[in-house]
Amino acid sequence: MEAIVSIAIGILTGSGVWLLLRPRTFQVIIGLSLLSYAVNLFIFSTGGLRIGAPPILQRGEAGTLAQYADPLPQALVLTAIVISFATTALFLVLLLAARGLTGTDHVDGREPER
Amino acid sequence: MSASLLLLLVLPFAGAIAAGLLPTYARNAASWLAGAVALGCLAVVWGTFPTVLSGSTVRYEAEWMPSVGLSFVLRMDGLAWLFSGLVTGIGALVVLYARYYMSDEDPVPRFFAFLLAFMGSMTGVVISGNLIQIAFFWELTSLFSFLLIGYWHQSAAARDGARIALTVTATGGLALFAGILVLGHIAGSYDLDAVLAAGERIRSHPLHLPALILILLGALTKSAQFPFHFWLPHAMAAPTPVSAYLHSATLVKAGVFLLARLWPVFAGTDGWFWIVGTAGLVTLVLGAYIAIFQHDLKGLLAYSTISHLGLITLLLGLGTELGLVAAVFHMMNHATFKASLFMAAGIVDHETGTRDIRRLSGLSRSMPFTSRLAMVAAAAMAGVPLLNGFLSKEMFFAEALSAPAPVPLLLDVLPLVAVIASAFSVTYSLRFIHGAFFGPDPVDLPRQPHEPPAWMRFPVEILVLTCVLVGVVPGATVGPFLHTAVQSVLGAATPEYSLAVWHGFNLPLLMSGIALVGGILLYMALQPHLWKGIDGPPLLRAFEGRRMFERTMVFLSWRLARSAERVFGTRRLQPQLRLILCVTLLAGVSAVLLRGAGPGNLTPSHVDPVLACAWAVGGACALGAAWKAKYHRLAALLLVGGAGLVTCLTFIWFSAPDLALTQLLVEVVTTVLLLLGLRWLPKRFQLPGRAGPEVIPRTRRLADLSIAVAAGLGMAALAFGVMTRMPPDLLARHFIERAYTEGGGTNVVNVILVDFRGFDTLGEITVLAAVALTVYALLRRFRPAADSVDVPEQQTAQSAYDRERPDRQEGDTVADWLLVPSVIARLLFPIIALVALYLLVRGHDLPGGGFAAGLTASIGLLLQYMTSGTQITEARVQVHPLRWMGLGLLLGAGTGLGAWLVARPFMTTYFGYAELPLVGKVPVASALLFDIGVFMLVVGATVLMLIALAHQSLRGHRAAPRRPQMREPDLAEAPAVGRARED
Repeated sequence: MEAIVSIAIGILTGSGVWLLLRPRTFQVIIGLSLLSYAVNLFIFSTGGLRIGAPPILQRGEAGTLAQYADPLPQALVLTAIVISFATTALFLVLLLAARGLTGTDHVDGREPER
Repeated sequence: MSASLLLLLVLPFAGAIAAGLLPTYARNAASWLAGAVALGCLAVVWGTFPTVLSGSTVRYEAEWMPSVGLSFVLRMDGLAWLFSGLVTGIGALVVLYARYYMSDEDPVPRFFAFLLAFMGSMTGVVISGNLIQIAFFWELTSLFSFLLIGYWHQSAAARDGARIALTVTATGGLALFAGILVLGHIAGSYDLDAVLAAGERIRSHPLHLPALILILLGALTKSAQFPFHFWLPHAMAAPTPVSAYLHSATLVKAGVFLLARLWPVFAGTDGWFWIVGTAGLVTLVLGAYIAIFQHDLKGLLAYSTISHLGLITLLLGLGTELGLVAAVFHMMNHATFKASLFMAAGIVDHETGTRDIRRLSGLSRSMPFTSRLAMVAAAAMAGVPLLNGFLSKEMFFAEALSAPAPVPLLLDVLPLVAVIASAFSVTYSLRFIHGAFFGPDPVDLPRQPHEPPAWMRFPVEILVLTCVLVGVVPGATVGPFLHTAVQSVLGAATPEYSLAVWHGFNLPLLMSGIALVGGILLYMALQPHLWKGIDGPPLLRAFEGRRMFERTMVFLSWRLARSAERVFGTRRLQPQLRLILCVTLLAGVSAVLLRGAGPGNLTPSHVDPVLACAWAVGGACALGAAWKAKYHRLAALLLVGGAGLVTCLTFIWFSAPDLALTQLLVEVVTTVLLLLGLRWLPKRFQLPGRAGPEVIPRTRRLADLSIAVAAGLGMAALAFGVMTRMPPDLLARHFIERAYTEGGGTNVVNVILVDFRGFDTLGEITVLAAVALTVYALLRRFRPAADSVDVPEQQTAQSAYDRERPDRQEGDTVADWLLVPSVIARLLFPIIALVALYLLVRGHDLPGGGFAAGLTASIGLLLQYMTSGTQITEARVQVHPLRWMGLGLLLGAGTGLGAWLVARPFMTTYFGYAELPLVGKVPVASALLFDIGVFMLVVGATVLMLIALAHQSLRGHRAAPRRPQMREPDLAEAPAVGRARED
């Protein structure tokens, strides 16, 4: 299973990085989305891949890591997901404003000279 | 007693703040205040004298950073006492003088605020018992002198002078700070007493020379020593009271004060002798030489100040105990006669309107008192017997004759140079007096000269009286002060010295005589040259420090910066990103190369074909999105959604229901958001027949592709490496154990978010709020690009259909098309709201929580907007996202603060279970309140962003210029537009 998730992270990272290096703002925003999936998955996976052990305790119980998946990376990723939505929104608005101001959607705010 | 030192330090700053708060033209109130503060400080200083005279040190100590062994120390010993007396005493006189000097039009309270703050900083330098503190106050003196010199900021000369002074002295101050850090490192303590006691160890330490050079850079720049002397003449653009204060008793004396303070540590080494001695010697002669040829009274005094500071520096540099005595003595003498001379020059300027020696003459008839006072003070500066300048000059001559020097030749040169410089000082003193006060009556002055108000002359009288008294009966007047000051530096090594006026016929007296006669002869010989009125001194005209300084500044701040930017910088994003990625890759690879990478300690679990298939789809989605993002944005967006869904699936597969839930909901809002944005982007078509990109773009793409592949492979390897390792202990163990027993919730992830790491979450929702507000603010002034605001084709057709039929309103067809979805969405809204509420309440125990609930609720609202349209929705539902956000933040922070009410640390939570009818047992933790805050904020922020964006389409319709074919009635307007353009 670890191999599958690793490859998935690799593919998401690769596609994200490729798009990050593209000249159009929309490509960059899509790239950032893909990259944030990759990073979230990576952080999540640092807690180990456990099946059927969500960190939901029984009432009155002091749990152990043997019974339950590591909750800490999950908590980290949960806020990261929400924040990445916020940054995507911010970037989108910047992109639109830049396009309105400069008339181009190139990341440098002007078309490259040919 | 020790607390009075604190008072001495605080009083001027408090006075400065009070003066700054006075009305702009409250000249008298500000003067009274400043005078009272200065006199109060003087009284405090005087109060410590008995203790200091008895040889002990007044010390005030408070803990500052005990963990690194730093204390806030104020100490008052003899030397500090002497300087505090000068700073506050001359400060009080300057305040009185400035009261009459400053005009009604100047904002005088501001002047006194700066002056008092400067006095406080200077006092801080003098009485600090800690090296770091000294550096701090040192920089403060630079800052406040900058403000004082640039007080008349409407004048370019004042601004330039202030800027140069700040650049030079503050740069020196930075060097001093570095030097002090090195010194403290060598001595093992920053406490002044400890450093002074560790002299032997410091001198033998290998870092001794760097520390010395850095500290000297600070001291020599401050005291305007060659080659840093050029800032001082330009600082003469300051109001004269400032010059009288800064250049006699305070700012420039800070440098020599520090040299005297650290004299026991550094003096006597070769480095000290050569650097300090040479700088002093060159400055002494150069300053005196240039002073002769100044036409401005203040310019003359400025160069004379430089020269006298050179003299003091030279005396300190000699490294003999008697040299130190002479230096300290001359510091006092110079402060008195120079302050009075500056004030006299200011009076002349004030009453005649000019300071140009070429225009002034014969003022002794119109201002008899002032001219007599100036004559006495100038005679003291020239070293005429029976005045204080004579005594210290005699000491200097004696030292020049007897000081041991590392090179014998120097011993022959030093007395000669001393006599020459002394003769120069006689010459410029004569020029000052003769040029301004003697000769025929002045003609064509801006103002008719007359005596100043008596109180304006009073400070000059006091200072000149001091000069005379010290000159006639030195032992009875300054004797005890000088003795305690010298003793506080030298301790047991204090030499025998005599303060008598008459030592019999000896070599120093002969040298004085030669200098006096030589100076007079030189003045007479120079008369023809001086009458020509040429600017600048002969021979040295080309070497102007100012010009070199400006050239250096231009080079550093403009040319060097520009070329560095040209070579290393780019305004283009792609190269920057490429660089960042390459460096990151390099860092990762080098870590593997350096530390090695072995197999993990866990065996990988078996591959489940279902998830493998899912990721085959997910991976294909990601690659497809990367491929299509340029020409097929909608497709790319959908593909990204696909990858996100598979990610979501992975989360739930591997026991993270909370993550899956949140990811799913975020996926929805992100997609809607990007969909809203799509229409503002330019149309882009792949031209069918066109060949691929040219060679250079193609290689660039190839490079990008390899970077992307390398990054992907690296991340995959890293992830695999991490996943197959189990660290010995995890932080999470602690959280899992206590989630229920101490946090009162069974959903550990939620308990971590709202309880254990609640402070982080508070920070995160604050970020969310800030981002939402930024988006909102950006969109308020949003101007879409011209070509992207067209109404979509389908909508155009539908509206046209509506317009053709009289029974239909525009927009009806659009509404009809969405009738079924909108009804469903309307019916769903309460259900979605209920689900959100359910997720919120159960969050502490089961997957859910504020984030998920907030997103759910905003999706419910979003559906209304999408299906019914903005206007209709807002006519029915009043949403105030800003209020939601504000309430959410208040609730979150308030829950945290609530813990303080029961005397617990910030964000401590309380929990229990409540029995509700019908519902059953419900967890009521204070964390739930916090979670409600999170919920409200997430709702507010998400809705604010999406609505702000959605509203743009309303605006877009309004703002969009209609297409020509659609506005038949407007055709007549077209020529008008054309005309308007021609205009």
